[in-house]
Amino acid sequence: MSEAWESWGRYPKARQKAYRLSWISEKVPFESFDSVLPYGQGRSYGDSCLNDGGTLLATSGLDHLIALDTAQGVLRCEAGATFDDLLKVIVPKGWFLPVSPGTRFVSVGGAIANDIHGKNHHRAGTFGRHVRRFELLRSSGERLLCSPNENADLFAATIGGLGLTGLMTWVEFSLKEIPGPQIDVETVPMTGLEDFFRLSEESDRDFEYTVAWFDGLSGPEGFRGLFYRGNHASPPDKVKLPALRLGIAVPFSLPAGLLNVLTLKAFNRFYYDWNAHKPARQLTDYAPFFYPLDSVAHWNRIYGRRGFFQYQCVVPKGEPGKRPIAAVLEEVARSGQGSFLAVLKIFGDLASPGLLSFPRPGVTLAMDFPNRGQKTLDLLERLDGLVRPAGGSVYPAKDARMSALSFQTYFPRWREFAKQIDPKFSSSFWRRVTA
Amino acid sequence: MRKILIIGATSAIAQAAARRFAADGDALFLVARDPEKLQAVVNDLKARGAARVEGFEMDANDFDRHGLVLHEAEEILGGLDVVLIAHGTLPDQKACEASFEKTEAELRTNFLSVVSLATLVANEFETKKAGTIAVITSVAGDRGRPSNYVYGAAKGATSIFLSGLRARLSKSGAAVVDIRPGFVDTPMTAAVPKNPLFASSETVGRGIYKAILKKKDIVYLPWFWRWIMAVVKMIPECLFKKSNL
Repeated sequence: MSEAWESWGRYPKARQKAYRLSWISEKVPFESFDSVLPYGQGRSYGDSCLNDGGTLLATSGLDHLIALDTAQGVLRCEAGATFDDLLKVIVPKGWFLPVSPGTRFVSVGGAIANDIHGKNHHRAGTFGRHVRRFELLRSSGERLLCSPNENADLFAATIGGLGLTGLMTWVEFSLKEIPGPQIDVETVPMTGLEDFFRLSEESDRDFEYTVAWFDGLSGPEGFRGLFYRGNHASPPDKVKLPALRLGIAVPFSLPAGLLNVLTLKAFNRFYYDWNAHKPARQLTDYAPFFYPLDSVAHWNRIYGRRGFFQYQCVVPKGEPGKRPIAAVLEEVARSGQGSFLAVLKIFGDLASPGLLSFPRPGVTLAMDFPNRGQKTLDLLERLDGLVRPAGGSVYPAKDARMSALSFQTYFPRWREFAKQIDPKFSSSFWRRVTA
Repeated sequence: MRKILIIGATSAIAQAAARRFAADGDALFLVARDPEKLQAVVNDLKARGAARVEGFEMDANDFDRHGLVLHEAEEILGGLDVVLIAHGTLPDQKACEASFEKTEAELRTNFLSVVSLATLVANEFETKKAGTIAVITSVAGDRGRPSNYVYGAAKGATSIFLSGLRARLSKSGAAVVDIRPGFVDTPMTAAVPKNPLFASSETVGRGIYKAILKKKDIVYLPWFWRWIMAVVKMIPECLFKKSNL
């Protein structure tokens, strides 16, 4: 096992030491570090999980469960435990994560530090809404219990706080009761942005989970895509255990040249046709529904050694004909850059307790961009130029390049947040966006 | 439901194996030195579905308490099916070269304490004609290398002891499993530079779980170490002594 302390987008590269934690009871020698940052599973895309020139506190060893209350649906565990590990324990007992991102290979601490969202944002809000309390270890050695009632300022700052307020040692959060491990999914073909908005409005009432995948290269009008909407399904007569085994893996980095417009179009074509032939309604295990990309381990390697950017923004929905998201999609289409991993989802209006939380009411778009250097950076800067005046925001967990101006526009409460940062804690991201 | 005693239960490898047993709903009696770490593992295995988990504080070098710990485990679990001996240290080879006292202490921890525990357990299992003793040794015990021959000697001696014990107990139906991991990425090896041969403790823990269920005699974990060590053992001593392995 090589020790690669990199982020999921593999850009930027950073040089840092790592200190591995195994027990929450151990004393962390903060005095011997200049600057530290907790590092869970490295699933943040950009530099919010990197600390160039400093030290990472690697939390993967802090993976003990502490107490599982299967009557009330409350789980307490150490912050390094992964969703993958937790699901194996809770799903057979009839419980599920209250909010789940697109991969199950994230740590609980990372989920809180980025205040992650999922396909049920319109119903459940962010993960931070389901956090009851946690212990925060500060570099002074103090261990603070944080909840909406105790150390409430630190509680609010730590949710979405990008790991900067201290080290979460353990976390307690509420689970969601489910009738079984399967999801009842409907797949609806869609064409163009207005189709997406119509399907969202119609589906968000009756479906707990909604998300759309589409061809991000075709612009806002004529794109083809698939709208997925699902609910937890009651178990059929025979309960089939969820398939958790990984299928294929990308064993090494592909040459970057392999990924071009033609291969992307071919992929999109294949993906669309493949899925369009599936029955419109089916029962599926939860894993392929929530975590379709998890079946390809290290899929980030298809972008080659130079890595890639992901751009996820949220903007207000606007009115037909004057949708801010349409301008963003037009700009992407014009550039000819972009990828098959384009996702659209409507965020609801449930507010997060987190001070720096990313989701806000509107429509969110997530897309991958292979790193082609300045050309790509320029495009993403142009997108920020559309998102800023629209009153939108960009997701720090996926960012490696936004300007200080953009960040401070997107997160106006950043100065209030900064007061809660632990003096020893920092990240490459934070130094960049507050420079 | 299996009844399992684990010595050195806070080691990363032992924890990984114990999580497998916990998920099966087995009953576990855990022995370790550090009370806080022990409690963390007890809580973890309970939450993961173990039928019962009890913790017991003991230093494996406290030979006088080996009888007591065995008695307690049998008493509380109502018998014993499996004993996993997983405690150990990674000696500082240079310090051992400079000091016999240090070497002796390492041999006590990594060899004699295992002999003491295994002797007591073996006599019980031989009498009741059932049970599995599993011990974590190491590929380092297959050949003495200049970089860690004190550790290798302790593990190699343990493997030879287990080989004899296995032959003795086979007549009574009790099993002796010799688990030889290669490089494992754990807190014990935190200071060792990592290479592609390093396996995760989860991988090795799964291998231990399977080896115990199948009552294997000797297992290398991961599997490829069997072949690496076969080659290492074939190198003539006149060449091997010139190596810096």
